[in-house]
Amino acid sequence: MVDELLTVSTLIGILHSCVRLATPYLFAALGETFGQRSGVLNLGVDGIMLMGAFFAFYVVFEGHSLWVGVLAAIVIGVLMGLLKAFVSVTMQSLQGISGIGLYLFGLGLSSLLFKTLIGSVEGVSGFRQLPIPLLSEIPGIGHILFNHNALVYLAYLMVPVSWFVINRTTLGLKIRAVGHNPEAADTLGVSVSGVRYTTLMIGGALAAVGGASLSIGLQNVFQENMTNGLGFIAVALVYFGSWRTVGVLGGALLFSLVNALQLWVQALDIPVPSEIAVMMPYIMTIVVLAFTARQIQKPAALARSYERGE
Amino acid sequence: MKIRQYLAKLIDVLLPVAAMLVALLVGILLLLLLGTDPFEAYSALIQGALGNVSGITQTLTKATPLLLVGLGICIAFRGGVINIGGEGQIVVGALAATAFGVGFGNLPALILLPLTLVSGAAAGLLWGGIPGLLKARLGVNEILTTVMMNQIALRLMNFLLRGPMLDPEHVAAGTSIPQSAALPESIWLTRLVPRTLFHSGAILAVLLALAVYFLLWRTTIGYRIRAVGLNPHASRYAGIPVPKYVTLSLALSGMLCGLAGAVEVLGVHHRMLEGLSGGYGFSGIVAALFGKLHPLGAIPASALFGALLVGADKMQRAVQVPSALAIALQGLVVLFVVSSDLYVRRRTRRRVGEDGPDGPIEGNGDNREKSEEG
Repeated sequence: MVDELLTVSTLIGILHSCVRLATPYLFAALGETFGQRSGVLNLGVDGIMLMGAFFAFYVVFEGHSLWVGVLAAIVIGVLMGLLKAFVSVTMQSLQGISGIGLYLFGLGLSSLLFKTLIGSVEGVSGFRQLPIPLLSEIPGIGHILFNHNALVYLAYLMVPVSWFVINRTTLGLKIRAVGHNPEAADTLGVSVSGVRYTTLMIGGALAAVGGASLSIGLQNVFQENMTNGLGFIAVALVYFGSWRTVGVLGGALLFSLVNALQLWVQALDIPVPSEIAVMMPYIMTIVVLAFTARQIQKPAALARSYERGE
Repeated sequence: MKIRQYLAKLIDVLLPVAAMLVALLVGILLLLLLGTDPFEAYSALIQGALGNVSGITQTLTKATPLLLVGLGICIAFRGGVINIGGEGQIVVGALAATAFGVGFGNLPALILLPLTLVSGAAAGLLWGGIPGLLKARLGVNEILTTVMMNQIALRLMNFLLRGPMLDPEHVAAGTSIPQSAALPESIWLTRLVPRTLFHSGAILAVLLALAVYFLLWRTTIGYRIRAVGLNPHASRYAGIPVPKYVTLSLALSGMLCGLAGAVEVLGVHHRMLEGLSGGYGFSGIVAALFGKLHPLGAIPASALFGALLVGADKMQRAVQVPSALAIALQGLVVLFVVSSDLYVRRRTRRRVGEDGPDGPIEGNGDNREKSEEG
């Protein structure tokens, strides 16, 4: 049976799933990276993802196009980001706890809306596989990397885009300055609140699209609490990836690889206690965090409210 | 001067209540938008939670784990750490209590009951203590580790309830509901009102609230926990071993959550089953915040949120408004309560120099973040 798991086609299948399943992690964790680089820890990612997943699904369910669904997710994500920004930037609340509030709000509201507006678990036809011409015909690698739907490509595109915005633009410079030393940034005329509002809205939008990637891209259904804590993992991935986009990519792929393996183990009916296997990425994350906590340079002002002196 | 102080205290207590009212108002708007009658929904909610003996006992039954978790959250907060791992700690507490209670079922009840409770508490202590130790020794963010520990606990539960701990009778009968064997009836917690689920765990929880109050404000250990929470740097200079107290506050926090799991098993379900944690790990945070992170404040707060949860279930059945409304409302309450702290903080700062720095709950926010570095 182990031989069965190791055939080339199975391996390609697993890697294909791995690339595909990293999508929601990538969107959410890249979004969270923006917030954290500017010094705001948003623990409410999971709630935002659920809201994004619901709205995208609802819009598509009502007969609108898939991209309108994505747009709906972006709008709701920006609004949730604004709410988080208002509570933790303007009202300077404890960031960890306000994130829990946002999570519960998103979890409750998405379930409430789902039960009231849709009622039962329905399916929609989500984003279709979009093989990239020529590239997708490369044996093996072509299927693994270039035979996915549009949201999957978009998620990977966001990795260099996020890297570029954070490291090579004026906005990115401001984000890093505000996250590292808000007092100094403020002295130089950078609006700390403005930058943090911006990053939280970007983060909200990306998290919501991450949710949408589940409901209209990967699973094509909406269910209550369908993220199942994925948003919390996304927050950890940012730490795991030491606040760098490439690190976040690595972490996302690690988690999705385990998810993919689990799917295939179930599909092939291999008697492995998969609950034990799926613990591994969580344990590994703790171990990685434990080894790196002292060494990596995190945004110095992370999770600290900033209030201008009078 | 005296009157102003008194008024300020009163406002502190009233702020969460105001937050609750605003949340309920937003809830009305939501329900109107969804085309349901908010007053019908709310009256069904209140009627369901408090309208008769059955509702009240269910409310108090739900309030019991909320209070235990809330107490744990109070200790963590006062010690300057955030424990988001309540869910996982409840699960491992319930698993350990069940394993012990079933495994040593032939011991006399007088010995078995306390040991079963202790097993649950010990498992929670371990589950909270690991993030505590990692934070204290290596500076690992406890929010992330407690979240990871939640996921690990859930997977562990899935594994155990489908394998080693699966009820042998179920296996024999060929059904595969993932739940454990029942605990011996001799150690089930006494029902306080016959024919309801309301059990003596509630008394234990209230006694523990008093104990936690005593611990935090009347003992050296509690004083040090709070000192570390307020200002770890000053505490270090004062000779308090900060890492030890960081570990201790998370471990104690986990212990109370683990105990909540054990009490749920012993008092309500009499066996371990999936979904036992029921979101108490998060709702307990809400209750603790609502009670101003004071162990005695957590008592009425957990009763209130117990009522909200029970009422919402009844509302769903009576007028078909989804009970998820209660979760959204809890989220709003948290957002409003933490936001209103700004007002308290500002006033506290003004008051410094007049009456000395008072109102430590709100002040510890900034210090907590700094403590993360050290």
